Amino acid sequence: MSDTKIKITNLKKAFGRKVVLDGVDLDIRKGESLVVIGGSGTGKSVLIKCIQGILVPDAGSIKIDGNEVVGVTEEQKEAMHSKMGMLFQGGALFDSLSVWENVAFGLIENQKMPKKEAKLAAVNVLRQVGLAPDVADLSPSELSGGMQKRVGLARAIATKPEIIFFDEPTTGLDPIMSDVINDLIIESVKGLGATALTITHDMASARKIADRIAMLYKGKIIWQGTVKEMDKTDNPYVCQFIHGSSKGPIKVEV
Amino acid sequence: MAKKYIENFLRKQGKPLVTFISRLGELSLFIAKSLYNCVTPPFYLRLLGKQMIDIGFYSLPVVGLTTIFAGMVIALQSYSGFARFGAESAVASVVLISVTRELAPVLSALMVAGRIGAAMAAEIGTMRVTEQIDALTTLSTNPFKYLVAPRIIAGILVLPLLVLFGDVIGIFGGYVIGVYKLGFNPANYINSTLQELQAIDITTGVVKACVFGFIISLMGCYNGYKSKGGAQGVGEATTNAVVSASILILIFNYIITEVFFSK
Repeated sequence: MSDTKIKITNLKKAFGRKVVLDGVDLDIRKGESLVVIGGSGTGKSVLIKCIQGILVPDAGSIKIDGNEVVGVTEEQKEAMHSKMGMLFQGGALFDSLSVWENVAFGLIENQKMPKKEAKLAAVNVLRQVGLAPDVADLSPSELSGGMQKRVGLARAIATKPEIIFFDEPTTGLDPIMSDVINDLIIESVKGLGATALTITHDMASARKIADRIAMLYKGKIIWQGTVKEMDKTDNPYVCQFIHGSSKGPIKVEV
Repeated sequence: MAKKYIENFLRKQGKPLVTFISRLGELSLFIAKSLYNCVTPPFYLRLLGKQMIDIGFYSLPVVGLTTIFAGMVIALQSYSGFARFGAESAVASVVLISVTRELAPVLSALMVAGRIGAAMAAEIGTMRVTEQIDALTTLSTNPFKYLVAPRIIAGILVLPLLVLFGDVIGIFGGYVIGVYKLGFNPANYINSTLQELQAIDITTGVVKACVFGFIISLMGCYNGYKSKGGAQGVGEATTNAVVSASILILIFNYIITEVFFSK
């Protein structure tokens, strides 16, 4: 039996005349933490949204556990989402709900867990991500950026998903808080035995959480390998990106 | 040269038409999807209850104030107009018909469109631009069932109740002016109001209210759901929700009146 959890083949997506994904091929193995790096606007978020069915690709195939997910019905998509968790770049916490209600959302609405039980479960998950129980009754707007990321992470892992997506998990955080979030991501992913797909342009974060790294450029995966391989590669695009140099084949449009 | 000029001209003229048709198609799909999700489970009854309170209970002061003054104005205007023909006694019936058939439904709907349509568009629009709607999807929750359906059902159910409340308050406004300013006998005023009261007057208002409730919620949800960008996008969505709902309310007011009363 294949150990591929997510298999993406020739994935294409354009918005009007702007081609964002131009034939992405990518395999993610079960239990692996894959980090996709690439500059801003290279289509990293679009890739994640296509996998989740939030955006419909123009062409190509995405298979999860061998099952095609492109073009499935809403009901099939909902069933597929119950296997997934996602930490959004800005947290995307529901501001009309308290912190614990955010964390327990999937447990209450989908797993139909009674509210009392769900609150206990939410407090436990909050503790796992380093938040005290008294945070549970606060509103998301009362939290700092770092705390919101932790709550977002707690929400992503509360339903014990098989696949977790991380969209720029450390963007907007100070270096120490970024490292804390990276550690929490590693703990959560390894603890659950989940498959993780992270998109980021924070190389420190990528180095820390990745089993494997892939680079997206002009809508294609132009390189992939381990962190060690990345440090040794002579691929000019990867070298320029990881060193943050303005000189090289990647031209920044200003 | 001439061919290029014609091409450019047609492109410029055609673009708004294509945009309009594409928006119309988008709206039609949104309506179909919303209605489908209104009648298929799961139903979020807690959210429906919350929306009914937001739309109904918290709109009572606005609807009450609007309709009481409308009733008072109609009493004053009809008295001064009918005095020319010696038909002052018709004031009670004019107030009754004007309030129940037109003023309570239309003014209540316009006020609710300003209060609730804008709030819906702003809330859903903010959820859209902060990825909260995407988050709902990733949590296996259909945003149409969770956000749109409770608002649309609440709009359809609650607006008729608001209009019935507005009917009573508006007629009471006419009574206050009729009795305390124009010197009508209170018992006679109430009698002539009750004698003139017909089921069709109330029915028209209630039917209009159902349609207006649907329009207000639909425009609020649609504009919020489709909003793009940041604060500016949400601002535009809010404005569009109120303007489009208000215009549609006036158009459908005419259409429903035509259906009920044209001979």
